[in-house]
Amino acid sequence: MPYVYLAIPLAPLLGAIIAGLFGRQIGRAGAHWVTIIGVAVSFALSLWVFKHIVLDGAPVYNEAVYTWMATDAFRFEVGFLVDNLTALMMVVVTGVSLMVHIYTIGYMHDDPGYQRFFSYISLFTFSMLMLVMANNFMQLFFGWEAVGLVSYLLIGFWFKRESAIFANLKAFLVNRVGDFGFLLGIAAVLMYTGSLDYMAVFGQADQLAATTIEVLPGTEWNLVTVIAILLFIGAMGKSAQVPLHVWLPDSMEGPTPISALIHAATMVTAGIFMVARMSPLYELSEVALSLVVVLGALTAFFMGLLGIVQNDIKRVVAFSTLSQLGYMTVALGVSAYSAAIFHLMTHAFFKALLFLAAGSVIVALHHEQDMRKMGGLYKYMPVTFVTFLVGTLALIGFPGFAGFFSKDAIIESVHASSIPGAGLAYWLVLLGVFVTAFYSFRMFFLVFFGEERMDDHARAHLHESPRVVTVPLVLLAIPSAIIGWIAIEPLVFGDFFAGAITVAPEHDVVGEVGHHYHGQWSFILHAFQAPALWLALGGVATAWFIYMVRPSIATAARERLGFLHALLDRGYGFDEFNNQVFARGTLALGRGLSSQGDARVIDGWLVNGAARLVGWGARVVRHVQTGMMYHYAFVMIAGLLVFMTWFMFA
Amino acid sequence: MFTDWPLLSLVIWLPIIGGVFTLLTGDKSPAATRRIALFTAVLTFLLSLPLYFQFDPGTAAMQFQELAPWIATFNIHYHLGVDGISMPLVILTTFTTILVVIAGWEVIDYRLSQYMAAFLIMEGMMVGTFAALDSILFYFFFEGMLIPMYLIIGIWGGPRRVYATIKFFIYTFLGSVFMLVALIYMYFQGGSFAILDLHALPLGLTEQILIFFAFLIAFAVKVPMWPVHTWLPDAHVEAPTGGSVILAAIMLKIGGYGFLRFSLPVTPDASAALDWLIIAMSLIAIVYIGMVALAQRDMKKLVAYSSISHMGFATLGMFAVFAILDNPANDGTGAVLALEGAMVQMVSHGFISGALFLVIGVLYDRMHTREISAYGGVANTMPWFATLAVVFAMANAGLPGTSGFVGEFMVILASFKANFWIAFTAALTLIIGAAYTLWMIKRVIFGAIANEQVAGLSDLNAREAINLGVLAVLVIGLGVWPNPLLEVMHATLDNLVAHVATGKI
Repeated sequence: MPYVYLAIPLAPLLGAIIAGLFGRQIGRAGAHWVTIIGVAVSFALSLWVFKHIVLDGAPVYNEAVYTWMATDAFRFEVGFLVDNLTALMMVVVTGVSLMVHIYTIGYMHDDPGYQRFFSYISLFTFSMLMLVMANNFMQLFFGWEAVGLVSYLLIGFWFKRESAIFANLKAFLVNRVGDFGFLLGIAAVLMYTGSLDYMAVFGQADQLAATTIEVLPGTEWNLVTVIAILLFIGAMGKSAQVPLHVWLPDSMEGPTPISALIHAATMVTAGIFMVARMSPLYELSEVALSLVVVLGALTAFFMGLLGIVQNDIKRVVAFSTLSQLGYMTVALGVSAYSAAIFHLMTHAFFKALLFLAAGSVIVALHHEQDMRKMGGLYKYMPVTFVTFLVGTLALIGFPGFAGFFSKDAIIESVHASSIPGAGLAYWLVLLGVFVTAFYSFRMFFLVFFGEERMDDHARAHLHESPRVVTVPLVLLAIPSAIIGWIAIEPLVFGDFFAGAITVAPEHDVVGEVGHHYHGQWSFILHAFQAPALWLALGGVATAWFIYMVRPSIATAARERLGFLHALLDRGYGFDEFNNQVFARGTLALGRGLSSQGDARVIDGWLVNGAARLVGWGARVVRHVQTGMMYHYAFVMIAGLLVFMTWFMFA
Repeated sequence: MFTDWPLLSLVIWLPIIGGVFTLLTGDKSPAATRRIALFTAVLTFLLSLPLYFQFDPGTAAMQFQELAPWIATFNIHYHLGVDGISMPLVILTTFTTILVVIAGWEVIDYRLSQYMAAFLIMEGMMVGTFAALDSILFYFFFEGMLIPMYLIIGIWGGPRRVYATIKFFIYTFLGSVFMLVALIYMYFQGGSFAILDLHALPLGLTEQILIFFAFLIAFAVKVPMWPVHTWLPDAHVEAPTGGSVILAAIMLKIGGYGFLRFSLPVTPDASAALDWLIIAMSLIAIVYIGMVALAQRDMKKLVAYSSISHMGFATLGMFAVFAILDNPANDGTGAVLALEGAMVQMVSHGFISGALFLVIGVLYDRMHTREISAYGGVANTMPWFATLAVVFAMANAGLPGTSGFVGEFMVILASFKANFWIAFTAALTLIIGAAYTLWMIKRVIFGAIANEQVAGLSDLNAREAINLGVLAVLVIGLGVWPNPLLEVMHATLDNLVAHVATGKI
C-alpha cells in the first residue's frame, strides 16, 4: 500500500520533470503524453484508494514516508494521512487535473511554451496532492507554498506581458502575507504541543484550549483561538478571503486552463480544506469561528457584487469564484465542514467547467475576452453552449443541479447556526444568491444570446472547438449536473467524514438540518418554500429582463448610479489602497532607509566620518611638525620646565 | 583508510602549496594554470570528503585532531580538529572553491595565475580558520585570509575598488584587533591559548562582558550585522564574481562560526545577559536591511543586502537560545533547534548566495552592467538561465523544498519558543524577502525584451551550466532532505547548549 500512496503524487512529478527538462527532446506530443499518463495513473490510483478507503472501509492510513529531519526533541516527517476527506480530495484534484490536461492540448495548441505548460500543471498536481495527503503541518506548508509557486509560474506564464508578471508577483506576495500568519500558527502548534503531526496535535487540543497566552502585554488570549486565527490568515491568502482576495481577479492573466484548475477548482480551495482538516482545533474556539463566518459572508456577498460590472468573461467567473469561496468559508464558520467540502467538490466540477467553457469561447474568438464583443454564440458552439448552461445552472443553485444541493445545505446550516455573526451571514448569503444568479445569467445572455457583436472576421471563423476541448467539457458537465443528487446524502448527512472532521455537539448545525432531510426530492420541494430558490430565480429573471428585453436599463442604471458603478468597477478601492500604502509605502521606506539610514547616517557620519576625523586629526597634528629646529627646542625646554615644576610641587 | 592521514593539514596546505605553485608557473600558459588550479581545488575537495564520511556523529569531541608545538614560549600550538560545527563549513569551503575556479575560467583575462593563486591560498586560510583549535592559530588564519581577498578586490575589481578595499580591510582589521586583546587577556588568566581551555576558563561577569564585546566587534563586522554592515555592499559591488561568491558563501560564515566557537562557550553568562542586544540587531538586520534591499538598483547590492538580512537569521538563532532557555513558559526544548537552524541557515546561505552571485556574474560577463534597469526579458533569450535564476530566487525567498526554507523555518519555530514577537518580526522576511527577490526577477528575467543587448544574449555555456546546475541540485536536495546535514551536528550542539545553560558563574 505505501507504494500506491507514494506513486500518486510522484507520477505527476515524474511527468513534470520529464516534460520540463527534456521538453525539447520529447517534443510537444511527448510532453503531453508523458504528463497525461502521469496524471491518469494518479487519477486511477486515487479512484482505487477511494474505493479501498471509502467504499471498502479500510482503516485510515497514517504513516511516515521518511524523516525529513530530527532535531532537538522534534521529528519532522514527510508522510501521508489518507482518510475519507483525503480520498475525496485526491479524486477531485486528480480528476479535474486530468480533464484540464486533456483540454490543454487543444487550448495551448499554438503556444510556443507548450511543454513548459504541461510541466507546470503536472508539477501543480504533485504539489496539491502533497498538500491534501499530508499528515503533518510541515508537509502541509510545503504543499501550500509549492502550489503558490506553480500558481506564480502559471499566472506569469506569458511572461512577456507586463500585466501578467505584475499579477504573478502580486499573487505571490499577497499569498505570502497569508503564509506569514500560517507559519506563525505552525510555530505556535510546535511550541505548545511539541509535534507537528496532526494526530499528535489534535490529541492535545483540549490542553491547548485550556491554555492562555499573553500576545499583547496584559491581554490573555486563548491559545486555540490564537492558533486558529493564525492558521486562518493563511487560508485567507490562499482561498482569497477579504481583504487578501486582491490577487485572484488579477490571476486571470494566466492561461484559461490554469484558471480552471488552480484558481477555481483546486488550489484556492486549499484553505477550505485546511480548516476542515483542522476542525478539532476550530471547534474549540468560537471566536475564531465567528471571524471565519463574518469574513466568509463579506466575501460571498461583496465579491459577488463585483461580478456584475465586469466585462471580461474570465473576470466574471473569477469574481464568482471569490464569492463561492466565501460560501464555503461561511460553512466552515458555522461548523458545517461537511457542507463546505461538499460545496468545494461540486464547485470544483462546475467552476472548472465554466472556466473551460469560457476558454472554449475565448479561443473560438481568437483570444477575445470582452463580452461586449460576443453574443449569439449558441448557434456556432452548441456543445460549449449546453455545457456552459449546465455550469451556470449549477452555479446559481438551480434545483437538481450540483450547486443547488451544496449551496442549500450551506444556507440551511447558516440559518440553523447560533454562532455570533451567523445572523449577519445568513442575510448576506441569501442576498448573494440573487447576485450570483444575476451576474451568471448576465454573462450567459451576453455571450450566447442577443446581438452578434464580434467583427466580421471573427464571425467568419467561428466554429465549435475540437474534441480535446469538448470532451472534457462534457465529462465535467456530467458531475456538475448530477453529483449533488448522488453525494448529498452520504457526504453531508451521512457519516462520510466521521473521524476526519470533528464537530462539537453544540455546533452541530448539519445534524439539525439533517433531521429535516428526507431524500433528494423532499429537499428540492422544501427549497420551494424557502427564500433562496426564489431569489435565484429572481436573479435570472432580472438578468433576462435587463439584458435580453430592455438593454437600455443597463445603460441607464450605469449612468444614474455612476458612483456605485465606479465603486464596484474599482473593486472598492482595495487595489489602490494596497498600491499606495503597502507597495509604495514600503518602497519609499526602503529608499529612505537606504539613502538616509545607510548612506547618510552609518556610512556618511559614522564610517566616513571616522575616517574624516582621523584625517582632520592628522592635519592638526601635522602642524606641530614644522621642521624648524627652534620650535622643537622650544617645546622641549617648555616641557622640561613643566615636568620639573610638577615634580617639585607634587 | 584516511584515518591516519593528517587530513586537516592536507586540506589546509594543499591549496596553499598549489596556489604558490600556480603563482610560480606565471601567465605563460593560461590553460596550464587553469588545469593546475582546478586539479588542486578538486583534490582538496575530495580530501575533505572523508571528514564527513568518517565523522563520528555520536560525540561532541573534536575529531581528526592534529597537535604540534608551534611557539613554545607562549604555549601556542599548531592544533587542528573539527566538530559538528566546523566540519560542514570546511566542506562548504572546499566545495565553493571549485565553483569559483570554474567561474573564473575564461572570464579573467589578465593576471590569471595570480587570480587562481589568491583563491587557492584563501581556501587554505579559510579552512584553517574553521579547523584551528588554538586561538592564535585561528587569529593567524582569520587575519591572513584578508590579504588574498584584499588583492582580489583590489586587482580584479570594479572602478571604485580602492575605496571598497580600504573600507573592507580597515573594518575587518579593526574588528579583529579587539579580539586579539581579549585572547591575550585570557592567556594571562589561564596560561593557554587553546580554544577548548578558553571554554573552560572561569571568568567573572564583568570580564565576560568586556570579552564578549571584543568578540562581538570582531565577528559582527564579519557576519556582518547591522550597523557595521556597510562595507559588504561596497565590497561586493567592486569584487569580481568569484570574490563575491567566496565573500558571501564562506567569509560571512566565519563571523557566525566565531560566535559559536568563541562568544557562546567562552562568555556564556555575558551572552545570556546581552542576548537582547544581538537579537535586536538580528531583527533589525532582517527587517531594516530587507527594506533597504528593496530599494537597490544594482543587482549585486541587492543580493549583498539580502545576504545581510539572511545572516540575521543565523545570529538570531544563535542568541535566541538564551531567550528560549529563559522563557518560563517553555519546556526547555527549542534551544538546539535554534542553533541547528542557525547552522543550516549558514550552509544554505553559502549555496544560495553563491549561486545568486554566479547568476549575476553570468549576466555581467555578457552585458557588463549590474543595473537592474539595463535588463528586462532575459528569459526570452536565456531560458535555461532564467529557469535556474528562478530556482535560486525562490530559494532565497525561503520556499519550502529548497534549502533556504529549512534554516529560516527552524529559527522561526525556535524563536516562537523565546517570544511571540521575535518570531513575528523574523517571519516578516516571508513577505519582505519574497518582495525584493521576486521583484528583481520580474524586472530582470521576465517581461518583453528590453533592448538590443538583451536580444543578443546567449544562454548558459557548459561551464556556467555545470556550476549553477550542481548548486541547484544541492539547494533542492538539502531542502527535500536536510537530515544528513543535521545528523552530524546534534552531538556538538547538544553539548554546546548544555555548556551555555550551565554558564561559568
